[in-house]
Amino acid sequence: MIFSEQWLREWVSPNLETQELVDELTMAGLEVDGSSPVAREFQGIVVGLVETVEPHPDADKLSLCSVSDGAESYQVVCGAPNVRAGLKAPFAKLNAKIIESAGAKPFKIKKAKIRGVESNGMLCSSEELGLEEKSDGLLELPEQAEVGVDVRDYLQLDDTSIELDLTPNRGDCLGMIGLAREVGVIGRQDVNPLEFTPATETIEDKLEIKITAKDACPRYLGRVIRNINLNSESPLWMREKLRRCGLRSIDPVVDVTNFVLMELGQPMHAFDLAKLEGHIDVRLATKGEKLELLDGKEVELIPDTLLITDAKKPVAMAGIMGGMATSVSDQTQDVFLECAFFAPLAIAGKARAYGMHTDASHRYERGVDYQLQQTAMERATQLLLEICGGEAGSITSAVGNLPEPVEVALKYSSIKSLLGIEMEQVEVKDILSRLGFDLGSDDGEVLVVSVPSFRFDVTIEADLIEELARIYGYNKLPQTGGLGNQSLASKPESHIELSQIRQQLVALGYQEVVTYSFIEPSLADTLFPDQPGVVLQNPISADMAVMRSSILPGLISTLKYNENRQQDRIRIFESGLVFRQKDSDIEQKPMLAGLISGNKMPINWLNNSEISDFYDVKGDVETLLSMGLESDRYDFAPADYACFHSGQCASLSKDGEIIGQIGALHPAILRKLGITSNCYLFELELAPLQLRKLPTASALSKFPEVSRDLAILIDSDCSSGEILSNVRNNAGGYLTDLRIFDVYQGDGVAKGKKSIALGLTWQHPSRTLSEDDINMIISNCVNGLQDKFNANLRN
Amino acid sequence: MADPNSLLAEALQAIEGSSDEKSLESLRVHYLGKKGTLTALLKSLGQLPPEERPEAGERINIAKQQVQQAIETRKMSLVEESLSAQLSSEAIDVTLPGRRQSQGGLHPITITIDRITSIFETSGYDVAEGPEIEDDYHNFEALNIPSHHPARAMHDTFYVSPGTVLRTHTSPVQVRVMEGGEPPFRMICPGRVYRCDSDLTHTPMFHQVEGLLIDEGVSFADLKGTVIDFLHAYFEQDMPVRFRPSYFPFTEPSAEVDMGCVSCAGTGCRICGHTGWLEVMGCGMVHPRVLDMSKIDSAKFNGFAFGMGVERLAMLRYGVGDLRTYFENDLRFLQQFN
Repeated sequence: MIFSEQWLREWVSPNLETQELVDELTMAGLEVDGSSPVAREFQGIVVGLVETVEPHPDADKLSLCSVSDGAESYQVVCGAPNVRAGLKAPFAKLNAKIIESAGAKPFKIKKAKIRGVESNGMLCSSEELGLEEKSDGLLELPEQAEVGVDVRDYLQLDDTSIELDLTPNRGDCLGMIGLAREVGVIGRQDVNPLEFTPATETIEDKLEIKITAKDACPRYLGRVIRNINLNSESPLWMREKLRRCGLRSIDPVVDVTNFVLMELGQPMHAFDLAKLEGHIDVRLATKGEKLELLDGKEVELIPDTLLITDAKKPVAMAGIMGGMATSVSDQTQDVFLECAFFAPLAIAGKARAYGMHTDASHRYERGVDYQLQQTAMERATQLLLEICGGEAGSITSAVGNLPEPVEVALKYSSIKSLLGIEMEQVEVKDILSRLGFDLGSDDGEVLVVSVPSFRFDVTIEADLIEELARIYGYNKLPQTGGLGNQSLASKPESHIELSQIRQQLVALGYQEVVTYSFIEPSLADTLFPDQPGVVLQNPISADMAVMRSSILPGLISTLKYNENRQQDRIRIFESGLVFRQKDSDIEQKPMLAGLISGNKMPINWLNNSEISDFYDVKGDVETLLSMGLESDRYDFAPADYACFHSGQCASLSKDGEIIGQIGALHPAILRKLGITSNCYLFELELAPLQLRKLPTASALSKFPEVSRDLAILIDSDCSSGEILSNVRNNAGGYLTDLRIFDVYQGDGVAKGKKSIALGLTWQHPSRTLSEDDINMIISNCVNGLQDKFNANLRN
Repeated sequence: MADPNSLLAEALQAIEGSSDEKSLESLRVHYLGKKGTLTALLKSLGQLPPEERPEAGERINIAKQQVQQAIETRKMSLVEESLSAQLSSEAIDVTLPGRRQSQGGLHPITITIDRITSIFETSGYDVAEGPEIEDDYHNFEALNIPSHHPARAMHDTFYVSPGTVLRTHTSPVQVRVMEGGEPPFRMICPGRVYRCDSDLTHTPMFHQVEGLLIDEGVSFADLKGTVIDFLHAYFEQDMPVRFRPSYFPFTEPSAEVDMGCVSCAGTGCRICGHTGWLEVMGCGMVHPRVLDMSKIDSAKFNGFAFGMGVERLAMLRYGVGDLRTYFENDLRFLQQFN
């Protein structure tokens, strides 16, 4: 909300400079977002009287005026369309200065010849004074304005518009009356009361008011005002106040309701009486009802929307916006003024449901003072009659279920325990009563207060203590170490921290990335056609519409992004949750995924431009698995997933349960995405990876190791995994190492066969293994391979 | 009998002329071996008259020693020569770069979360994590934000279905921990959060670290101390910190925390919007209703909570100018942190 500092100071004027006031407001919890002067800096501009206007001899659109500053008359050339004899307007005399914006060089008014005619000064528009962004024509000053008076003084332009960013609990500060109360507490100053003389009721007319929705509409006041003159104009002082609060002047009725909105925080509405049919009813909408709103939009009303209706039709969406059909127009003579209290619960979220946000809904959602309606109605009537004339009927009032008054008990000792300070009881009571709380019983230990009707955010003791802390000053409150009792944390060694896994990947040359959890639906479909996605109802954009069921799409997009930026060697990883629809549930699982592309090693002077392949990414995964000290629980098996190359893809299982995939990205997908380099991927469940066996040490054998190599010819479609496990089964209990050190196909090996070279190592804990022992084992191994795979020893 | 001196002269010359360790060894065998010429001389001593034997024997022994000595000397110099030949032939350009895998690194968000976490872990805070797709209850209701509450407008929420949202903060993790345990609690919850907002200063996904301490007799003073100590520890600077009254439905009293601008030391600059202050955290004393809803006795226990934006802290710490660069994952950007 934006307000005028001067207007505030009419209510309460603490001895603070503007900047100090701004700081105090912010530090009291009413955050100031910004402030700006209400007009440009200028001097030498006075109220001028246009005495005569004649056409310029050489220009159609210019006039030759005689302007008086009260002492002398000056010849001035003016181009404004509204210049006329008798008009009072700001007159910048010779040597007047206008500064367009802070720090800019002053613009000085000089004697000038315009189309051959001398001009001694300038008549000004509100744009030139910086009152409006854009205006056409001169700023017309009231007839009563005294000629020659400095315009700055006359319009009281030494004022600042201050913008507050109020938290949603402080609806009470959405009007000058509430703001003044706060400033009064801050400065410990009394606030001037609102004083005006209510209009006299001169006619009998009234409309019956019925409240059907008694919870949603606890109070509704209406008043008929006849014979208003809508051709009258709101007074300059009112237009200026509204302008400085960020509101444009529209017509006297809107201006008056807006003025009361700003002054008291009470939204009001005026209907064209002639268009209302029968009595007023405040009720909830029923299915199928429609209403054309003031902004011209017709809405289908959601049931439970609170409506103002007449005997025949809805006429307004209560607390949000009036209807078009009953709105005040330039034909209007008689109005029906509405001043109501709608319950926050009845309005909250409703405007948002229609995609609307109005000054009224903003206030009703947060809570309007439910005791204020009578005053606001009187105030609006008085202002309206002053401006437009007319005759007021009596106020008709209907009451629904008004809020119960709230009492809160405050233990003085709680202040000390919650804030860490002792506060004098006198000070406690002074702060609370200035804030509008009625002081009730007080036995020196417990103070009971009644919460004022404009505070909807105070219901418990902590709320009162916050009020005290806020006014006392958060920054004057003490501070402590705040750590409580220390205790040692347990750190299970069987758990591998994610940070350790990340560090391992970093050591392997991987760069961590963080990609969005929502991805493009088409990419998800391409990669995981069988996985139903978790779809957002209100995505930020079409390409961020579905939650990722895998981290891979994010990595692949990152690859593409960087490939487009000439990065030709990429090793990246990411960890995080993935989301999968499982029947009616959504599974959220932490995963770890990586991608490599380009050369095995960064380009260097050795000229080793070998490109990375499946076994590079597999080796990195094996490194991660080995962190758990139980690599033998893992198993890789050929697998076929839509997004992977069918011949270069493996599933990873732990104890028979599949926990991940590795492989080459499917070449068709590479092509579709326009990726030109190679791309190998892995994605693993994190939880199994984070388990670690506690190491157990055993005594080392003192006896020598024995090693033998074994070269076999075997069918080329036999997997190494099968071969190794066959050999391991036949190699006896003292086998300590088994590795493949060569795989060969080509010259010297028959087609359909491959040569595999195995290295085996044994060690006995308590004796030296003999040549006979080893020969026996080797022969078992060879027989095993022969039986199972028809393999032969290679000569 | 041959003259030992002429043999000696011959041997010394041959030794001097030998070019490698192998030929030197054969010379040793030739002169000093079992069948060597000098050895043969010794053996032939018996043919001399007894009175000549001592003198002749001594001469032969001296000759043997001299040959032995010469061989040793020559050997040492040959070893030295071959070593120095090896060294010079094996010399390389040590200024060529080493051979290695590329340098990996962590994302600045992770670096920042790790740093925040480690500061709190030293003070006994546990790290808790939770689901990112949350139910309405844990994200809002249990935090004292009922469905009609205007504060819901502050959280531009992504919906998966009417009762299911992308969490708008990490506070629901705290609720889950409170529901599942007994106080005291001391924890921080880092993680991804989502709000339906995207412009220069907002990304629809970002990261928060929220902290919670529940115990007996906790006061606002404890909160202030913790927050100030943390900021000083994180930024390694004792800049001023101020607390401004604010509003969060789940805390009472609530505060926004500003710290003196780390860029201009409070004198005012572009980063702090010329105010000298940077808004870095929200915090407050946990609302009794939040405790009650999680079945914690609010008459006995109370506590404080605080929350901060990870991207913002990283921006201030590392001078990152544009929020969106965090999620573009341009490797040239990320590698600046390695």
